[in-house]
Amino acid sequence: MTHAGTQSRPQHRSWWRENQQKLTPYIFLIPGVIFFLVYVIIPIFESFWLSGFDWDGLGEKEWIGFSNYQELFDDDAFYTSLKNNVIWLVLYMLAVPAGLGIAIFLNQKVRGIRAYKSLFFFPFVISQVVVGLIFAWFYAPNFGLFYKLIEWATGSGIAVLADPDLVTYGIIAAGLWPQIAYCMILYLTGLNAVDPEQIEAARLDAAKGFKMLWYVILPQLRPATFMAVVVTVIGALRSFDLVSIMTDGGPFGSSRVLSFYMYEQALSEYGYRMGYGAAIAVVLFLIMMVFISGFIWKMVDDERKGL
Amino acid sequence: MRSIFTVSVSAIAVIAGSAAFAQERTVKYYGDFDPAPLAAMQEVIADFEAANPDIKIEFQNFDHEGYKTSIRNFLTAEAPDLANWYAGNRMAPFVNSGQFMDVSDVWEEHGLKESLASALPSMTIDGKQWGVPYTYYQWGIYYNKEAYAAAGVEVPETWDQFIENCAAFKEAGIDCVTTGTKALWPGAGIFDYLNMRTNGYEFHMALANGEVEWTDDRVKATFAEWAKLVEPGYITQNHAALDWQDAAALLVQGKAANYVMGNFAVAVFKEGGMTDETLGFLPFPTINPDVPRAEEAPTDTVHIPSGASNVEDAKKFLAYLAGPDAQTKINAAMGQLPINKDASVNEDDPFIKAGFELLSTTPGGIAQFFDRDAPAEMAKMGMEGFQQYMVQPDQLDNILERLEKARQRIYK
Repeated sequence: MTHAGTQSRPQHRSWWRENQQKLTPYIFLIPGVIFFLVYVIIPIFESFWLSGFDWDGLGEKEWIGFSNYQELFDDDAFYTSLKNNVIWLVLYMLAVPAGLGIAIFLNQKVRGIRAYKSLFFFPFVISQVVVGLIFAWFYAPNFGLFYKLIEWATGSGIAVLADPDLVTYGIIAAGLWPQIAYCMILYLTGLNAVDPEQIEAARLDAAKGFKMLWYVILPQLRPATFMAVVVTVIGALRSFDLVSIMTDGGPFGSSRVLSFYMYEQALSEYGYRMGYGAAIAVVLFLIMMVFISGFIWKMVDDERKGL
Repeated sequence: MRSIFTVSVSAIAVIAGSAAFAQERTVKYYGDFDPAPLAAMQEVIADFEAANPDIKIEFQNFDHEGYKTSIRNFLTAEAPDLANWYAGNRMAPFVNSGQFMDVSDVWEEHGLKESLASALPSMTIDGKQWGVPYTYYQWGIYYNKEAYAAAGVEVPETWDQFIENCAAFKEAGIDCVTTGTKALWPGAGIFDYLNMRTNGYEFHMALANGEVEWTDDRVKATFAEWAKLVEPGYITQNHAALDWQDAAALLVQGKAANYVMGNFAVAVFKEGGMTDETLGFLPFPTINPDVPRAEEAPTDTVHIPSGASNVEDAKKFLAYLAGPDAQTKINAAMGQLPINKDASVNEDDPFIKAGFELLSTTPGGIAQFFDRDAPAEMAKMGMEGFQQYMVQPDQLDNILERLEKARQRIYK
């Protein structure tokens, strides 16, 4: 009977039942996709759209075409920000080898190693705002520890955050502190997955020191390295909080980065040029796009090769 | 269900308890006060409510920086009935975009054009008044008397004497002028005074309104006066990394002699241990004797947003706030000056007294402050330029060209 019952059903099976298996993943994706569209994709196009207007955020929008971009490419502050962004990108990359170094150093079995590991990881846990404040005091003229040290060593102190040539490097140093910790933790987990048999085999072949690291360990850490580079690039490009906390873009705008300049123009106390801010956002987006497409291309490529 | 029941029971209880409560009208007021002025404003509100028992003011306080960013949002989205802001060009964006209500009728009805005469120009746009001022304060030079004694110099009468003193201070290892320009604005105070003393009030306002080129020789003359301080290194080093309070500490410690500041700094100096015996105030000295003396006195104001729901009662409160009693009370607590000419000031406070005399006898005119007189974008560019000039005086021509380029774009 039962057998006969199921036999007679097929023509009653609805379209939904028929395609349930195929549809389910898409249905689960819908909420995520909606939020991604509303909060990420649509704002990107809105930024492009807004960048063609002269608008203070309250009054009438006035369409001015590409004038915002024209002004942007004639704006010294924009080039200062762009230059600083490049410095950030290059120097921030130091976090990757430094994180690797510390991870290898900590990857041993000593009493209390967990405590040391957590101490090294600590700066990543505290908020960027706190990091910024600590370093701002560290550099502070007249009473900062760093200032006093330099004064003691050379006779005259250096106020890093007041010096237009040094200020960006000073902020990057502050940013590296937590970023190194982040890379370190990525590598520590990576090191757990390193195959001990391969290491033993390499030892038997008399590999040691740098060669061991370069040819045996690092290839096995590829996924960790990839992640570390991605988060560091993104961290460098959106380096906003430290600049805002430590210098507010100063002295006279010499520590601005694009994301901070965008905020300043569009949203800060003296800003409210939404169109101009959007134009900066578009430029920043295009720069990020270069990296993001690079990363995505690599991920797809790796997947295809079955890595 | 249950909550509805409780609410209705309590509502009945309230109505039964006091019939007046049933007709109570509320006025929503957003402001950004520091603790002491906040307490005073709450007293003023309590007095107002006592005089008008059917009106209740619902006050909400914000911190300064948060207020400046959120005002744009709440004015357009959910406007209160009253909101704090500033006079001069600083209120122009809200007036021009129709966010603030014209309150000329309050001025007419209560004779405010007479009693608040000193602030009338800075509250007027297009011949109408857009809010009510309740306080202002003088700027000038605050100095450490002990530092003067240590360097063995007298308090200067003229700009030349001031510069001569600076050499003596330098000799004694004391910064002649201190400032902390991390937040940019303190540098603008120095520029405003140098420019008003060199070229006068009219020129200064024309510059702030974009009517004069930044590369004009008269602007360069102002910077030439400034160079007398910058080039010999009479201004605190590393001021670009200092907050204004950090620089105040230098003055308190006697490491600096003079500070061009607003009167609000007195509280900070005194917290640091200075007294009326060690802290002095002098008006910014005369540079060009041919221009009438003008002063700087930023004015704080209260406005009615266009989206207000209880305009009538909000206007009542504005009228009350403009009166001598309210202004006396709130300014006594703020340590600032009332605008109403019938209000009284604390005669025991030498700085308040000096400020009151200074401002009420100003022949040249009263400026608001560079970041309130000039439009926001120009103010930002200008203050960055002033800071850069004090760090890199050799860049003056580049700075002025940059400002001129900005002027042509901003005021078009």
